[in-house]
Amino acid sequence: MTTPKTLYDKIWDAHVAHEADDGTCLLYIDRHLVHEVTSPQAFEGLRMSGRGVRAPNKTIAVPDHNVPTTIDREGGIDNEESRIQVEALDKNAREFGVHYYPVSDIRQGIVHIVGPEQGWTLPGMTVVCGDSHTATHGAFGALAHGIGTSEVEHVLATQTLIQKKSKNMKVEIKGKLRSGVTAKDITLSVIGATGTAGGTGYVIEYCGEAIRDLSMEGRMTVCNMAIEGGARAGLIAPDEKTFEYCKGRPHAPKGAAWEQAEEYWKTLFTDESAYFDKVIEINGEDIAPVVTWGTSPEDVLPITEIVPAPENFQGGKIEAVKRSLDYMGLTAGQKLTDIQIDTVFIGSCTNGRIEDLRAAAKILEGKKVKDGLRAMVVPGSGLVRAQAEEEGLADIFKQAGFEWRLAGCSMCLAMNPDQLSEGERCASTSNRNFEGRQGYKGRTHLVSPAMAAAAAVTGHLTDVREMI
Amino acid sequence: MQKFEKFSGIAAPMPLVNIDTDMIIPKQFLKTIKRSGLGVNAFAEMRYNSDGSEVEDFVLNKTAYRESSILIAGDNFGCGSSREHAPWALSDFGIKVVVSTSFADIFFNNCFKNGMLPIILPAEQVEILMNDSKKGSNARIEVDLEAQTITSSDGDIFSFEVDPFKKHCLLNGLDDIGLTMEKSSNIEAFERKLEIEQPWL
Repeated sequence: MTTPKTLYDKIWDAHVAHEADDGTCLLYIDRHLVHEVTSPQAFEGLRMSGRGVRAPNKTIAVPDHNVPTTIDREGGIDNEESRIQVEALDKNAREFGVHYYPVSDIRQGIVHIVGPEQGWTLPGMTVVCGDSHTATHGAFGALAHGIGTSEVEHVLATQTLIQKKSKNMKVEIKGKLRSGVTAKDITLSVIGATGTAGGTGYVIEYCGEAIRDLSMEGRMTVCNMAIEGGARAGLIAPDEKTFEYCKGRPHAPKGAAWEQAEEYWKTLFTDESAYFDKVIEINGEDIAPVVTWGTSPEDVLPITEIVPAPENFQGGKIEAVKRSLDYMGLTAGQKLTDIQIDTVFIGSCTNGRIEDLRAAAKILEGKKVKDGLRAMVVPGSGLVRAQAEEEGLADIFKQAGFEWRLAGCSMCLAMNPDQLSEGERCASTSNRNFEGRQGYKGRTHLVSPAMAAAAAVTGHLTDVREMI
Repeated sequence: MQKFEKFSGIAAPMPLVNIDTDMIIPKQFLKTIKRSGLGVNAFAEMRYNSDGSEVEDFVLNKTAYRESSILIAGDNFGCGSSREHAPWALSDFGIKVVVSTSFADIFFNNCFKNGMLPIILPAEQVEILMNDSKKGSNARIEVDLEAQTITSSDGDIFSFEVDPFKKHCLLNGLDDIGLTMEKSSNIEAFERKLEIEQPWL
């Protein structure tokens, strides 16, 4: 009898091109996604050493971090450095012959939304990108993780990475979710429970009824933030929903190749009694709509709670919480629902897909954004945007008083002009509430799209369950 | 890449936990297409006021720590974004070693690609080094990668673990890509197998 394997074990074993005596492996990479911020130095490195891209047909480039999201962006990028970076990607993509979606292409968008949308991401693959949120693609049962620029160059040149295997961790969400609770609340709650270093050294497999019940979009939201829990990657075993999502996408296999692929994908699950080094179990019904109150994604609480006091924590976290509360302009004991906000941002690779926009629009239908509040929706790709327009969601957003933008990373990391000003407080569907993340001294509260919409209407952090 | 040699240097204490890569190098400095010159922007939002003047009590602005080559940091250093600009900025500032109880995975790997050594030690040992580093520029800490030891100014010697392959690359200043290229026949064989077994890729 063979040793039972986890899903991660299976994908790992299927990609080892070479293993040294000390366990250092050359892991073969099936898909390499590239964006403009972390790749220019890598392409330059290739040029300087006279190397080429080993597998241009497995390499996909799209600008997303720097691109403006305003309707007038066809006129070009005002910021010179941003423009140079996007132009460099343009030049590198064409020179090295990789697949490329320029800003003018309707398929352009956030790299982690474009990959699945175009069928580049498929079950059982290894997927890397010079971006930590590559974990998103784990929703397909693909081993996907972020890498640094030196590793980007390494993959471009060799189509492999030098790796050692991580440990296995299982996160099981049992039973059903309650009404008003979404994939974002699951992933934030898991980070709240494990901490931002809880997953360090592990690849997480998310499983359980509540995960199986999620759509592919929801599963992508969950895996997207595996990195915020410190894990190398997050995975969800592929099933009929996965196959259904992939089928017919431009770069998914067709005909007999599809049959063959699907047969293989059906073997991608964790064997019964396979060993996990760490197991976390959470009851789905115990998860509430949550918000973050601090400057680390682990600073999570149900919306019904109050801002915690530093003395509720231990060790180095006490000082960190003092600093966070000061930065966030919050007082211990304050009700989370009393926190007034200035801005709402809906978008990002965490929550910029069609289902996210549907969830927000459902709350906003027939309602208005609170007077004086700035609200924007940035669809994750040009195609998500087009679909939302077709479904009438764009009209709901616009009538409610949201700005309806073009696709990009936007205010998730604020490299383009979409930024918070000093002290500006934002309910955001993005993934990081770090100091300065959305703009110098900007204040971020991470929430689900539905919670963001609810906050936009009331002008303060709000329990969305009161509006459904 | 430069060889990593035994050295002793000034260590700066940064006890804050969860120092993320957005703190180490804020996004406005990611627009560069070069690797060099980022040291002046390391920790920019903690280090400078909005008018560009220095924040007096930020550790690396203090006279004693301006020449630091070691950071003694709180738990989970380098979490967040994969930006290699973080180790580029630290390295350009002059930091060669970061000591903590834990590091985020991507940052940890990125360090080795840039001739830097992240050292993981138990909390009590990090605390001893943290206290040592608070003594300022007279307290020099010694790092010996060959022997895998770090020595406080008081002579406490702590051993640390390091992956043998990564150690070999650091000590010899080796380029990963060149090493992998030597195994191109393995990669070719793997690709041939893949074409047969998973032709849809």
